[in-house]
Amino acid sequence: MLPIYKREMRAYFISPIGYTFIAVFLAVSGGLFSLTTAWMETADVATYFTLMIFMFTVLIPLLTMKLFSEERKTKTEQILLTSPVSLFGIVIAKFLAAFTLYAATMTLSCLINYSVLTSVSGKSPVFSQFFGNFVGILFLGAAFIAVGVFMSAITENQVVSAVATFGVILLMMVVNFVISLIGNAFIRSILKWFSVVDRYTFFTRGIFSLPAIIYFVSLVIIFLFLTARVYEMRRWN
Amino acid sequence: MIEIKNVVKKYGSLYAVKDISFTIGTGEIVGFLGPNGAGKSTTMNILTGYLSATSGSAMIDGIDILENPIAAKRRIGFLPEQPPLYLDMTVKEYLNFVYDLKHCTLNRKKHIAEICEVVKIGNVYNRIIGHLSKGYRQRVGIAQALIGNPPVLIFDEPTVGLDPQQIIEIRNLIGALGQKHTVILSTHILSEVQAVCDRIIVINKGELVADEKTSELGNLVGGAKKLSAKIAGDVDEVLNIVGNVDGVRSVKFDSPAEDGSNTYIIEQRVPHVEKQLFYALSRANLPLTGLCEVQMSLEDVFIALIENKRKENV
Repeated sequence: MLPIYKREMRAYFISPIGYTFIAVFLAVSGGLFSLTTAWMETADVATYFTLMIFMFTVLIPLLTMKLFSEERKTKTEQILLTSPVSLFGIVIAKFLAAFTLYAATMTLSCLINYSVLTSVSGKSPVFSQFFGNFVGILFLGAAFIAVGVFMSAITENQVVSAVATFGVILLMMVVNFVISLIGNAFIRSILKWFSVVDRYTFFTRGIFSLPAIIYFVSLVIIFLFLTARVYEMRRWN
Repeated sequence: MIEIKNVVKKYGSLYAVKDISFTIGTGEIVGFLGPNGAGKSTTMNILTGYLSATSGSAMIDGIDILENPIAAKRRIGFLPEQPPLYLDMTVKEYLNFVYDLKHCTLNRKKHIAEICEVVKIGNVYNRIIGHLSKGYRQRVGIAQALIGNPPVLIFDEPTVGLDPQQIIEIRNLIGALGQKHTVILSTHILSEVQAVCDRIIVINKGELVADEKTSELGNLVGGAKKLSAKIAGDVDEVLNIVGNVDGVRSVKFDSPAEDGSNTYIIEQRVPHVEKQLFYALSRANLPLTGLCEVQMSLEDVFIALIENKRKENV
């Protein structure tokens, strides 16, 4: 598992993907943060974190699009699948690589944003609210990354993988809007389960929601499990 | 060492492999021979755990690849049809990656250096794989399979796309590896298996056509060896003279050659009729201007093998 993780990390930084991701992420988060806090003369970070989630529709596919699809196309997956490594180990290694890059960049951007706002405007965000949001968004990002990992496993085309991830993440975010259009209570309650934004709202209100964290972790487990199943099925067909 | 039992692989209603069984002992070099699409790669992929058989079982060293994949995979070095190389890595990084991936416990530096020596890639050790020529990439692919010193080596068409010099080198290398490992290699070139393998398993359309010692297959195929002769002079006379040579089964006119003589295809009843042919023609004042063996194509081998089977059954 560890060698695959290390190789993926290395692959991010040997190609422009890692650098592009970090640069775009920091620029966007910095811009959004100053617009929503210093510019509005407030230290409330709720709007900032909510907007960042919407940026994930674009940022997360960048991280996950080639994880499995490229290996399938170049047939390098054969060495992974014929080595003494479990299928789930491969999936987790790739997920963790993407998550590491995401979490590190997120941490960096939060450090910069927090310290800049504190020193420039003198108005410091409530630390507990800020930190709670930070932890929440880490888990939320993990769930989205798992979606991306799954999408990259079902196609050998990176573009398809990226667009599909974009679509699914977007759908998970606008599901509230869709729900408001549907009359049937049963379908509404099912769709409600997919509403990621709903669960994240707790964090923006300054509540640390353990059920939300468990929900995000469940999404991660489900999508990683499905990814392994995709490979298992492909072996049989 | 390797045991394949009643393996069937179906893609939808299409059979890629149809009930193949064989066993391979320790230290054997076995050639998988068959035309493209015969099911060679599928069988190898099942053996290495990359694909699962629809039914039947594959065992490595007594370990079922499906029941205990990790233990079985530990015993295999596999070079797939397309070498699984990360083109953005250097040879050094790649081999170290494979070393970690296979949980190798041998001395890292020494082991990798030895492999580089065996496959002769020491001079490109620090270069990026994407910049290497096809021949070198193939060697890196073989090096990858050798890491961890697995008892079983499986090479899927190891010489495809290489130049003649490289083909000879890779063949020699495989021959040398066969002294310490059990080797299976697939190819669609008859002379290749004859050059390296102890035993030949012939597959066609997913079915096992023959499983013979190389020498036996050689006799079988050699018995029907044909000669191509260039002979000057009247066609009817040549056909008459050659047809009466002892050991010639049949002779037929093939095509006129550039130098005014004609080419004939001579089928032998017994091997080595060249001498008698020469004397007979010289007595009749018919100059023999060229003589060579006709290389048997894979199709000819199949026809010979299938006919042979039919005879056995009768």
